[in-house]
Amino acid sequence: MMDISILVNLIYIAASILFIVGLKMLGSPDTARQGNFLSSSGMLIAVVITLLDQSVIDYRFIAGALLAGSVVGYFAATKVQMTSMPEMVAIFNGFGGIASLLVGSAEYVVSSLNNPALMGAIYMTVLIGGLTFTGSLVAYGKLSEVISGKPFLYKGQQFVNAILLLAILIVGINMLFIQGMISPNQTLILLITLSFLLGILFVIPIGGADMPVVIALLNSFSGLAACAAGFVITNNVLIVAGSLVGASGLILTNIMCKAMNRSLANVLFSGFGAVSDTSTGTGEEQGEVSPINAQDAYLILEAASSVLIVPGYGMAVAQAQHAVRELGELLEANGAEVKYAIHPVAGRMPGHMNVLLAEANVSYDVLVEPEDVNPIMETVDVCMVIGANDVVNPDAKENQGSPIYGMPIIEVDNSKTVFVLKRSMASGFAGIQNPLFFKSNTRMLFGDAKETVSTLVSEFKG
Amino acid sequence: MESQIILLIFILVLSIFLGVELITKVPSTLHTPLMSGANAISGITLVGAILSSGSSEIMTIALGTAAVFFASINVVGGYLVTNRMLGMFKKK
Repeated sequence: MMDISILVNLIYIAASILFIVGLKMLGSPDTARQGNFLSSSGMLIAVVITLLDQSVIDYRFIAGALLAGSVVGYFAATKVQMTSMPEMVAIFNGFGGIASLLVGSAEYVVSSLNNPALMGAIYMTVLIGGLTFTGSLVAYGKLSEVISGKPFLYKGQQFVNAILLLAILIVGINMLFIQGMISPNQTLILLITLSFLLGILFVIPIGGADMPVVIALLNSFSGLAACAAGFVITNNVLIVAGSLVGASGLILTNIMCKAMNRSLANVLFSGFGAVSDTSTGTGEEQGEVSPINAQDAYLILEAASSVLIVPGYGMAVAQAQHAVRELGELLEANGAEVKYAIHPVAGRMPGHMNVLLAEANVSYDVLVEPEDVNPIMETVDVCMVIGANDVVNPDAKENQGSPIYGMPIIEVDNSKTVFVLKRSMASGFAGIQNPLFFKSNTRMLFGDAKETVSTLVSEFKG
Repeated sequence: MESQIILLIFILVLSIFLGVELITKVPSTLHTPLMSGANAISGITLVGAILSSGSSEIMTIALGTAAVFFASINVVGGYLVTNRMLGMFKKK
């Protein structure tokens, strides 16, 4: 008779393969859905075979928790608005983190303390899991605007962080090698507390505009926590799956940083917007803005043969994506070439705008990236900037004193006419002034983006 | 024990390299589904949680059961929402 543990491990290998192939298929829009299905099948077989493991002797609690968690997950996934995806992913990252922390803790209370390798693995699991959990909760709070999106900086921050890291280090040394200073339970509770504190202090200074980077990084951490838990229970499938997620999160983090022309250290430790801004600080006169009404904008759009739509988070807030798609179709029917230029950090998480436009039935092959459109920008008749601000700010190219100087942008100011749909003259999420609004080829369409676009749509129909 | 740890580290290193190779090629259009899909995979900690909550030690059961709850939200919610998003990506 075959030993059940061999079967379990064979199934784990199969699950790992399904995760790998699934992730690979997520790389193309045509195969992505199948890829996700394969990956979920991998998860299913891994979970089912684990339930058959001999060490599992009582199923009542597992069944209850599985059921309750699945119900919560089901409702969260089916009810969430696409505009709220960043919050959703943030909170799910946090749940992954806390689950790994709990697994590490569960093993800690039954394991022999005289095993530095095991203690090290538990230490890492609890630490990463805990900071992922509270860090994600803070990110969730910032994204849903329960707490201010402004960078929160205070005096002595570096000092507090240094003390915290030192305390975490001492707890680690105690846990691995000494085990004498405090009781094992106190050690665990102290470690959990410190890891929670670290997560909070890590995310709270970071401004809302940098949340795409933070979410990508926390995504990576949730994977690394699972990976560390794999070392605790010496389980290969946790290590493989966890490190795949860890790697993917790190790559996305890197892409986001590049899109903002900043290093990860700069994003995490500088408190964006706290940088001195010479262009507005000196009270330099930016000139007059030229407003335009929807009727006149319609006449220009009607004559345009190429239109580039540049969406930002404001489009999501106004829920204007469906109206935008309708306008895009009318423009196409009118003979114009319509494309959507999406900046990698537009929105509150990587790829956020793409999902919103996909939801509104915009074909994904008309979504283009800045480097595709910038070289041909002079030939574009009209750029419609809908709720985007910092990603079209020419200061990134022209003003060395600007905090976003050097960030790759969508160079809409090079097109023939720019329409900026905006609620008011307030500055963007990054809190900096945008000279685009004062350029001679820019026209401001003030008002709610959805209403403005709907008015344009009715002009076309009428 | 030592040889086992080395083996696990071996797997870790290879998986990270594999992950980097896989993800570098994903177009930015799919970054959100990629992230939520990857997030669902990180719910693999559910396997560890099940092993813990099936034990006979009361404290381990309690912690493990809580872990099963959170991990299953992550897994079920993550895969479903990814599927929902990907269903919206269409080409004309």
